[in-house]
Amino acid sequence: MLEKLLLNHYEAAAVILSGIGLTNLLLQRNLIKKIIGLNIMDTAVYLFLAAKGYVEGRAAPILIADGSGGWLRSSALYVNPVPAGLVLTGIVVSVSVTAFALALTLKLYESYGTLNIDEALMKMTQEQEELEARIDDAEEEVLSS
Amino acid sequence: MNEELRRIWKSFFDWVMGNGPRPENEVIPPEPPPDLPFTRKPKDKYSRFHEATLKERYNQWLEIHGLHLFSVLYAGLSVLTCIVIVSLLLATVAELPPFGHERNPANNEVIRRYVEHGGHETGAQNIVAGLILDYRAFDTFGESAVLFTAAVSVLMLLGASRRNRAESELQPHTYEIGRNFLQRGPPSLGHHVFRRDDTILHSVANLSIPVILMMGCVVVINGHLSPGGGFSGGAILSTALILAANAYGFERVHEFFNERTFIISSSTALMIYALSKGYSFFTGANHIHSIIPKGTIGNILSGGLILPLNLCVGLIVAGTLYGFYALFSEGDM
Repeated sequence: MLEKLLLNHYEAAAVILSGIGLTNLLLQRNLIKKIIGLNIMDTAVYLFLAAKGYVEGRAAPILIADGSGGWLRSSALYVNPVPAGLVLTGIVVSVSVTAFALALTLKLYESYGTLNIDEALMKMTQEQEELEARIDDAEEEVLSS
Repeated sequence: MNEELRRIWKSFFDWVMGNGPRPENEVIPPEPPPDLPFTRKPKDKYSRFHEATLKERYNQWLEIHGLHLFSVLYAGLSVLTCIVIVSLLLATVAELPPFGHERNPANNEVIRRYVEHGGHETGAQNIVAGLILDYRAFDTFGESAVLFTAAVSVLMLLGASRRNRAESELQPHTYEIGRNFLQRGPPSLGHHVFRRDDTILHSVANLSIPVILMMGCVVVINGHLSPGGGFSGGAILSTALILAANAYGFERVHEFFNERTFIISSSTALMIYALSKGYSFFTGANHIHSIIPKGTIGNILSGGLILPLNLCVGLIVAGTLYGFYALFSEGDM
């Protein structure tokens, strides 16, 4: 198994990278570090796709002139062009999701003054309890009057 | 020697842990707002004595042991999950076809078709450009729309609230005479303190901004002939805008590129993209003769719609990436 993994070392590295990103996503309590973990997982996907598209000894998929006004069109000359398009889609979606998540994190920081998800949840629970206590008091006042 | 090493290590350690000496001009972030006084406790709903004490004792135990135990359990379980997932995926990777071999199942007849007919069907020398902006142009249109939507939602989330706050806490700009030091009120979240007299930054920006702009335009315009295209060229253009904003202040960039310009240019680019590619898809699907010429491969005016579509995408990407930077650092665009 180890020699097979060494043969596919780019894919193995991508899998390990995505594992690092997932651990980061689960273990970090800081929201910005969580988003960085998500970005590491995205990078692992790009590496995997780029590794799948590579063919040994072939050129990038840009047509090469054959010297007499024509173009070399044999598919045995160029690497796979499809993963490039897929990686582009991945990068764009990852940038958009990261920006949106960071904007939401910034709003959370403005409201609760912390980036730690546990502290923010604790403050949210306190607010909720405060609200419920007020509702109970108001109900009692209405009932007693 | 040993003492010296120890001193260097201590200063490095302090620097890493954030305990080191603070530079004089450092902007210290404001204190978080104090916790709201929660004077009113939630009422105890249990009237019977033993139930209440049981609940209280459970809560006490939870406060002392429970949370700690839970976090240890959570960390252990998440590491275990990740190890299991990674080992499963590694076992799968070991069974994959060998890396870089030409007989791999990924290099099938689809790739042969794209490479052998892509040139004369799309008119683009760069097969990837022909792939993403001709065969799969609808996908790229969706990507541009996703970017634009993300920029607009970040603008809604950050822009509006910042503007309201700036109006409510409007404070006069304070100028320090002699140093030409501009500061907008107290340094609060998201507001930089700009030093306008940074000679090094100005000279570097003067030298490099035209070069970066030219590089970005070349990458966008040559998208169908060489590596690059709208996305990478737009990213290069946005770095020029970000450098200008950092060197001369956001107000200077705001004069020619603001929220209004961004919305108008991006919507126009998306509209041109949708209409021109819609025409192309309609004529192609119904076997109607299209008026768009393919051109000869290798010329700058070739590739049918790829050049104008690259320009549209470049405009959207440049505006969006600069917009993200301006919104996150300044709260306005």
